Amino acid sequence: MADTFELEIATPERLLIREQVNEAQIPARNGYLGVLPEHSPLIAELGTGELSYTVGPHRRFLSVDGGFVEVLPDRVRVLADRAEKADEIDMERARAALERARDRLSNPNTAIDVARALNALKRAQARVTAAGHK
Amino acid sequence: MPSLIDIRRRIRSVRNTQQITKAMKMVSAAKLRRAQDRVIAARPYAGVLGHALSDLIGAAAGEERLASNPLLARRPEQRILLLLLTGDRGLAGAFNSNLIKASQSFVEERAGAEIAWVLIGRKGRDFYRKQAVRIVGEHIGLAARVEYRDAAAIASDAIQRFRDQEVDAVYLVNNEFKSVISQKLTVTRLLPIELPEGKPLDYIYEQPPVEILEKMLPRYVETEVYRAMLESAAAEHAARMTAMDAATSNAAEIIESLTLYLNRVRQASITKEIIEVVSGAAAGE
Repeated sequence: MADTFELEIATPERLLIREQVNEAQIPARNGYLGVLPEHSPLIAELGTGELSYTVGPHRRFLSVDGGFVEVLPDRVRVLADRAEKADEIDMERARAALERARDRLSNPNTAIDVARALNALKRAQARVTAAGHK
Repeated sequence: MPSLIDIRRRIRSVRNTQQITKAMKMVSAAKLRRAQDRVIAARPYAGVLGHALSDLIGAAAGEERLASNPLLARRPEQRILLLLLTGDRGLAGAFNSNLIKASQSFVEERAGAEIAWVLIGRKGRDFYRKQAVRIVGEHIGLAARVEYRDAAAIASDAIQRFRDQEVDAVYLVNNEFKSVISQKLTVTRLLPIELPEGKPLDYIYEQPPVEILEKMLPRYVETEVYRAMLESAAAEHAARMTAMDAATSNAAEIIESLTLYLNRVRQASITKEIIEVVSGAAAGE
């Protein structure tokens, strides 16, 4: 049994990752998916969160938001609406966005769209956690 | 006979123009390289999406809900939404005029159909504004920096109109980048979507495949528009580069023939003076 599979992560603008990995944790819409080689074929919507994968002894992180994931026995394709590698995330901006989102939710008034604010909070949280791992 | 000064002035003016066209050519070459990189960078997503889509179609084949998806609905094409993708600037050879011509023949071919226009790019907008056509959307200045969200906005507007049955089909006219010296005019039907054949595969689904497919189809249209915009930007730079290269060598030719003429005129005036001096001396003897 192969001990790696190919992981592709692409956004409409560019390909972020295409490499052989040992294992991946993918935030699907209904919870995290742990993927090992020879996984059964699966298609799901991608949620908002932190995606991580291991190559040998190294563990790497990304933040992803929205899109699709297709799992095949020898490859995993992630089509993210937005994605950033941990080392590309501007920590300060991500923290500021997180603060803003928290503020907006803790002072609820009728002018805000709660669903949108919650999404923004989730996105910001994902970016901060992913960036924190680098 | 024009004076020497006039000819020199003319040469200087042509040389100035030549410097400008040469600079424009080099700028276009640099921009073309960047635009090409972006076309290439966008390819993996489109490729992967295509694969995933055909796998999903295989899995969802035969389901009634798939067949009744509003984005696949074929209707007689009586009202058409036409997206015309031109450049924002001129001096690119026949780049923009070919697009406009293509859109005109598209309309002629579909005589009787009612056409609504979405004009992307200043050149197309400026042209059709003066015509008696129905314009439902204008997008200017996107080619300088093609962004996915702009393409997505244009696509979702078209999808909305198609879904509301305001139009029966959506077409896109644009130039595709083929090589540095040639562009390919293409007319693509964006909606209704032509589904590729899918091979059945046994998948596990977190959600019904049809449900995922329904979300993936609009994304597919968006990436088509995005890809077209990237291709068009690259093609425009390539067209401008070729046009400016031709202009630069034309200027060189003009300079050469003007210089020859200048020398001839100078020679003639010297000869004339010598004759005058000689005949003057001869008369005095």
